[in-house]
Amino acid sequence: MSKPLRVLIAKPGLDGHDVGAKLVCRALMDAGMEVVYTGLRQSPEAIASAALQEGADVVGLSILSGAHIPLCRKVAEALKTKKIDDVVWVVGGNIPRQDHPALAELGVDGVFPTGASFESLIAFIREKVQS
Amino acid sequence: MSDKKKTDVPPLSWESGLQVKPVYTAEDVEQSGGFEGVGLPGEYPYTRGIHPMMYRQRPWTMRQYSGFGTAAETHERFLWLIKNGQTGLNVAFDLPTQCGLDSDDEMAAAEVGRVGMAVDTLADMEDAFAGIDLNKITVSLTINGSAVAIMAMYFALARKRGFELKDLRGNSQNDILKEFIGRGTWIFPVEPSIRLVTDTIEFCAKNVPRYSPVSVCGYHIRESGANPAQEMAYGLSIASAYVDQALKRGLEIDPVAAGITFNYDIHGNLWEQVSKFRAGRRLWAKILKEKYGASDPRGLRLRMIAGGGGGGLTIQQPENNIVRGAYYALASALSGTQTMALCSYDEAYTIPSEHAAKLSLRTMQILMHEIGLCDTVDPLAGSWFIETMTNRMERRIVEIMDELENQGGIIKAVAEGRVQAAVNAQAYELEKKLHTGEFKKVGVNIFEEEEEEREVEFHPYREEEARKQVDRLKRIRKERNDLAVKDTLERVRQAAKAGENVMPSIMDAVEAYASVGEVCGVLKEVFGTYQEPVRF
Repeated sequence: MSKPLRVLIAKPGLDGHDVGAKLVCRALMDAGMEVVYTGLRQSPEAIASAALQEGADVVGLSILSGAHIPLCRKVAEALKTKKIDDVVWVVGGNIPRQDHPALAELGVDGVFPTGASFESLIAFIREKVQS
Repeated sequence: MSDKKKTDVPPLSWESGLQVKPVYTAEDVEQSGGFEGVGLPGEYPYTRGIHPMMYRQRPWTMRQYSGFGTAAETHERFLWLIKNGQTGLNVAFDLPTQCGLDSDDEMAAAEVGRVGMAVDTLADMEDAFAGIDLNKITVSLTINGSAVAIMAMYFALARKRGFELKDLRGNSQNDILKEFIGRGTWIFPVEPSIRLVTDTIEFCAKNVPRYSPVSVCGYHIRESGANPAQEMAYGLSIASAYVDQALKRGLEIDPVAAGITFNYDIHGNLWEQVSKFRAGRRLWAKILKEKYGASDPRGLRLRMIAGGGGGGLTIQQPENNIVRGAYYALASALSGTQTMALCSYDEAYTIPSEHAAKLSLRTMQILMHEIGLCDTVDPLAGSWFIETMTNRMERRIVEIMDELENQGGIIKAVAEGRVQAAVNAQAYELEKKLHTGEFKKVGVNIFEEEEEEREVEFHPYREEEARKQVDRLKRIRKERNDLAVKDTLERVRQAAKAGENVMPSIMDAVEAYASVGEVCGVLKEVFGTYQEPVRF
């Protein structure tokens, strides 16, 4: 049996909507992954540090305020500064379709907007980490 | 044979766990507690509504949540809403304002004016409400963590405009306990946060007696995953906790109770909502009278905004949300609300467009003027079904409140993260039921459609407006009397440290144009910041 995947779920910015983030944590835990949740209002630097400390295979951000592009830009910089280039990066929340390409350009591997299923997220993570 | 058919119906229960029978008779009412608690509208225990004539005399206030960008931009939306027949304002503040940060704070970058109006100083409040008669249009401030600063600004503004504080009406949300459970715009640790809420209650009881300093929100707890019975129970427990704190200060129960209003959620089963509100109204009156000895009807009456909640809306087939909104408004009217608001159909993904906001307003207006919802008071009263379920719902709410009390009360439960964990666990259960189809949602797990990618009209976020806001703050910092700011902020610090009411000194500070970030900054230095207990 292989080592369980380690996932960091984080809430960047000031957005306090954490129902979705916590649901995702539970779903990933039920799928056998080890999950660390940062809580609200994390700075990009804190997220990158946590990813490093926790040895995360996956970093998932939850953003519902509409500030996903500027926030992801900062997280991308922080990950780069800490030389973290081997994590799978997923973003969930209130993310309109037209912003998905901009997020991909920043290095986001997958976007799972409101309404996306847990299965699709779990399958995506497993496949991405293996490759 | 026919008997067998009767019992052949599969069991049905509501989200709150109450079983629902296919047929009700007078016997069910008797068995559940009888008709004694029904009474008359406008009379204790107010099951049927808080006014004798309800909507025949006082139709519900329509108060859509709105605010974005700068105060000047929001002011325009306010005027537009009033022009279209809205009768109150419900102000949305941006996240930096809600979190007590100035627009030039590093953490505020990219968030200024995004989900609400940016407010740094009194100057922004002056712009937002310019020319609006604060005695005619009642204003509801959706502000919690930084409420002391924003309420002080609102009172300072009213005073400056010549309105008497003793006559000023309106309300602030200012329910910090639910921010710890749901919404998340807390700043200070639990204990000082509650002390600040109590400061506002005391200040208003003494100086702004017609204003409601706290609007207890079951709404966000429900949106976070609580069922309707829990929503009402947690809300009433929170309200009781604030009352307890205020009484410890030596305040009288009646003025304290009169200052507390409620904000509840509507989505899901129509009958369950109606039973929830009728039961909640009755129970709150009983608690105030029997436990606290309140007697002034102003306090005994559970006054509320009951809004169509975003939690019921779906991203799939978004036009269905227009229909859902209409049913939620119907439930709200049948529940005897004082104020109504509806999430707009596009609110699952953006700040409502004018088109969507107007549709919500028109939904409520059609209900009021065409459908007959104002014809008679509490039209469902006397229904064997509704009276039975109201009785049973009341008992369920009491059970939840008692359980919480036996475990040390809601403040302790929130500080330890237990309420959060319980609500979160329930949200997950619901999510699983949505997945299996046990809990049905049109467009989500039944009647799904392959949807084409649609272009949605998004509310634009304008960086230049955010920059304008930052420039303005910098200009105000240069132009104001620095000495007065320094002096008043020092007085805020001393009051906070000494355990004195901070409101008078904060009023002086914001009148000297001290900013939200400066006021909250001083309080953070004294109180520290909240550390979230992350529990599952």
